[in-house]
Amino acid sequence: MLPFCFEWAWDIGHAIFFGGFWYAISILGAGMTYVILKSAYDTMNDSGESHH
Amino acid sequence: MDSALIPEGAKRCSMPKFYFGIAIVGGVVLWGVIAMLLIWWKGLNQTNMNDYYGFALWIWADLAVIAVGGGAFFTGLLKYIFKVDELKNIINFAVIIGVICYSSALLILAIDIGQPLRGWFIFWHANVHSMLTEVAFCLSCYFAVLVIEFIPNVLENRQANKVPFFHHLAHNMHGVMAVFAATGAFLSFFHQGSLGGVAGVMFGRPFAVREGLLIWPWTFFLFTWSAAAFGPCFTLLVTKITEIITGKKLVSDKTVHLLAKISGWMITTYIIAKIIDTIYWANVTVPSLGFELSHFYTNNSFYGYWILIAEILVCGVLPGLILIMKSTRENPTLRLVALILGVIGVCLNRWVMVLQIMAVPVMSFDTWALYIPSWQEVATTVLPVAYGIIFIALAYRYLPVFPQENELNYPVEPAAEAE
Repeated sequence: MLPFCFEWAWDIGHAIFFGGFWYAISILGAGMTYVILKSAYDTMNDSGESHH
Repeated sequence: MDSALIPEGAKRCSMPKFYFGIAIVGGVVLWGVIAMLLIWWKGLNQTNMNDYYGFALWIWADLAVIAVGGGAFFTGLLKYIFKVDELKNIINFAVIIGVICYSSALLILAIDIGQPLRGWFIFWHANVHSMLTEVAFCLSCYFAVLVIEFIPNVLENRQANKVPFFHHLAHNMHGVMAVFAATGAFLSFFHQGSLGGVAGVMFGRPFAVREGLLIWPWTFFLFTWSAAAFGPCFTLLVTKITEIITGKKLVSDKTVHLLAKISGWMITTYIIAKIIDTIYWANVTVPSLGFELSHFYTNNSFYGYWILIAEILVCGVLPGLILIMKSTRENPTLRLVALILGVIGVCLNRWVMVLQIMAVPVMSFDTWALYIPSWQEVATTVLPVAYGIIFIALAYRYLPVFPQENELNYPVEPAAEAE
């Protein structure tokens, strides 16, 4: 799963599988981090104008 | 008693009546949980799986809920990426159904692996040559996507939304939902496909094996296509059932007709591809492996040509035609028939691709191996259905799932509107 695991190999199989896996995890993590930080910022500077 | 939690303007049954209903369904959940604990405690000897059936009822249920749960990714793709704005009226419910289906799939897998405490091995010690590893990765990540898509709906609960941070979080999550929906579509394409790919690459099983494109057998594409085609059917069917139980109109006809039309075209194009695939397999692949088509449908007490006709014609061609023609699509009874047939069709396809594969004799000295699940397998397969009913009931009661509910059921009087 990670390069320091004993069974890790720098081959095409690991690159495709874990590349895709970490790519998806990174997008989800970055997206959630962004919305949480933005929401905290919006809450602190609340103008009461956000509607959806 | 819980009126402060019920969406503004919506009417719900009394709390005792609601929880009485939940308790009845809870009894079924309890039955499933007892079977689940029994399997975890005593092991897989509680099942009727054997050397023929390493994949059995659970894997069929797994593939079936993932297929019908495909409505979530496909509706999300249409709404957020292709900007089909009309689908905003049903997207929340599609996501809820997706959450239920995918959490059920993960629960079933946790029971099926026999050693759930070692479930994390599939990530930590991944076999990067296995399509099932890809399925595990994509399934887990896509479940995370569905939870993320569901969070704003939870935060829009009347009381939760009063908390400023939650209010902003729901608003901001809507703002970036296209990114999550695109990630979900990417993940779904691969795990739906890989579930089909698992069957298609089994060269030792002539009933399943298919040729294909590069490393992907045709079943890879057919599984993704069928999930996108029949998933919306399941979303519309569950919406209809919810409307019948609640006695309310929850989604406008315009939205239902649009999603049914899209589903109809997806089913029709899928079933054409499936027919071509079946004809090629029967006339080229099967003879090249030394078999005849009749080998897979005769000399046993259950699997006959009926299953092929039922899957492709009755539950494929027929619902596709009903849903693409305006006159039949807009007829509520015929549409309901098409939705039911469509859902049965995709479940039948997964049954064939999981269980008939195992039943067909492969060696010359072999015979058909039919299988009847144990009560523990049945109970743990029914468990997600009961859990899903409770999940939908709670979500419907406390969350603003259907944005059109008030407008469709409690229209504002012109006089009141003028005030």
